[in-house]
Amino acid sequence: MAKIAYYPGCSGQSTSVEYDLSTRAVCRELGLELVDLEDWSCCGSTPAHTVNHVLSAALSARNLALTEQLGMDLVTTPCPSCLSNLRTAAHKMEDADFRAKANALLDTPCTKQVTAQSVLQVIMEQVDPELIRAKVVKPLTGLKLACYYGCIMNRPPALMQFDNHEHPMVMDNLMTMLGAEVVPYPLKVECCGASFGVPRVDIVTKLAGKLLDAGRELDVDAFVTACPLCQMNLDMRQGQINSALQEKFRIPVFYYTQLLGYALGIDRKELGLKKLCVNPKPVFNKLKETAQAS
Amino acid sequence: MKILDLSAGDRDFLAEVESRSGQNLKTCYQCGNCTAGCPYTFAYDIPVSQVMRLIQAGQREMVLNSKSLWLCASCQSCTTRCPNEIDVAKVMDVCRHMARESGCVSERTTKLFTDAFLQSVETHGRAYELGLMARYTLKSGRFFDNIALGPTALLHNKLSFKPHPIQGKEQVARIFERFRKGE
Repeated sequence: MAKIAYYPGCSGQSTSVEYDLSTRAVCRELGLELVDLEDWSCCGSTPAHTVNHVLSAALSARNLALTEQLGMDLVTTPCPSCLSNLRTAAHKMEDADFRAKANALLDTPCTKQVTAQSVLQVIMEQVDPELIRAKVVKPLTGLKLACYYGCIMNRPPALMQFDNHEHPMVMDNLMTMLGAEVVPYPLKVECCGASFGVPRVDIVTKLAGKLLDAGRELDVDAFVTACPLCQMNLDMRQGQINSALQEKFRIPVFYYTQLLGYALGIDRKELGLKKLCVNPKPVFNKLKETAQAS
Repeated sequence: MKILDLSAGDRDFLAEVESRSGQNLKTCYQCGNCTAGCPYTFAYDIPVSQVMRLIQAGQREMVLNSKSLWLCASCQSCTTRCPNEIDVAKVMDVCRHMARESGCVSERTTKLFTDAFLQSVETHGRAYELGLMARYTLKSGRFFDNIALGPTALLHNKLSFKPHPIQGKEQVARIFERFRKGE
């Protein structure tokens, strides 16, 4: 089994616990052994870099140093916000002056170069697609899905160096591989309103509402996401969006790991499906009907 | 229409933004690509391309008092699409740092949310969502903005009712202490 250092991120312990659960289950099934960084801390997320770049880098670099202490040079995380911070810190610390400034804030300096990659990238690059195909026991045949990547999974491209920054395809390809029909969703990388749900909820209802509307226009059964904040804005806030915009959206929003896990036959409890706010039952009913019909 | 006196520009402002962001802002020729792709223009008081032009023109006060700085989500659309490879989102970030340092806060709730988040990280070593929401709500007085989410979050057990403090939380607190001392 390939061993990889794992950084779950803070939201994985509360609002996106189902993402963390399903990520662990899927990785185990695909032969990727995740080794948790011991006593990891918050990467600083968006708030830290909006205050100061050295502070932000130091908060992330504590976790890069923990990776280094495990004797590893690659750390993986499911969350694009954590990923962006970890990669930004690692990139900025290639500069000796900046590295010295960030290390000056830390108890234990980060001396080696550590790379951070998303779990999605690790799965797509380290697992043989034939193995995934062979392991599919419940294909997603009959489902019509929109894959929504969010704004920072692939941007800016010089920093993220993964997939296409305007028209990413890896989740589309993965879902297609599992048997689903994936629509050409035009707002794949448009921002959902991010963390403005707290200070400016009007902004999030407008932006996330636009994303849901485009999905409805394409008549999708569900959205597939890879970001805790995107998922929360589209799913947990869907009722709030409906009230604000006088809409009647009712579109389930999955993490890609939940649908991948389902297709691989992983126990539903391990996928945290009950945590989803918009009831995904119609999706599974449709899958059952398609399976029975064939 | 607001008319600017370009001869009264603050030259040091442009130089400061350039040096702190590491970007060459002189190459911005106002193509407007950043504004065209920015999802937040509807909420901004000054579109991002105009912020760039105002920096070139040394309009320190106008830029640092702009609401746009606080409403930028760092979604990287501008940075990704700038034909002159200016990291526009970084420029917005740096202007926000400067606004904060000079006490210009044109979007109070955004600043309060940021502060509550970082306070949570400083205390527990990790972000504790329920705790930071409580702190933000008390400080901002915005009791009703997200109250509708309560039942949904409870029903699906979305929130953790206790923080997950880490062994090394003092190490994280010291990052903040050293940062404040150095400022």
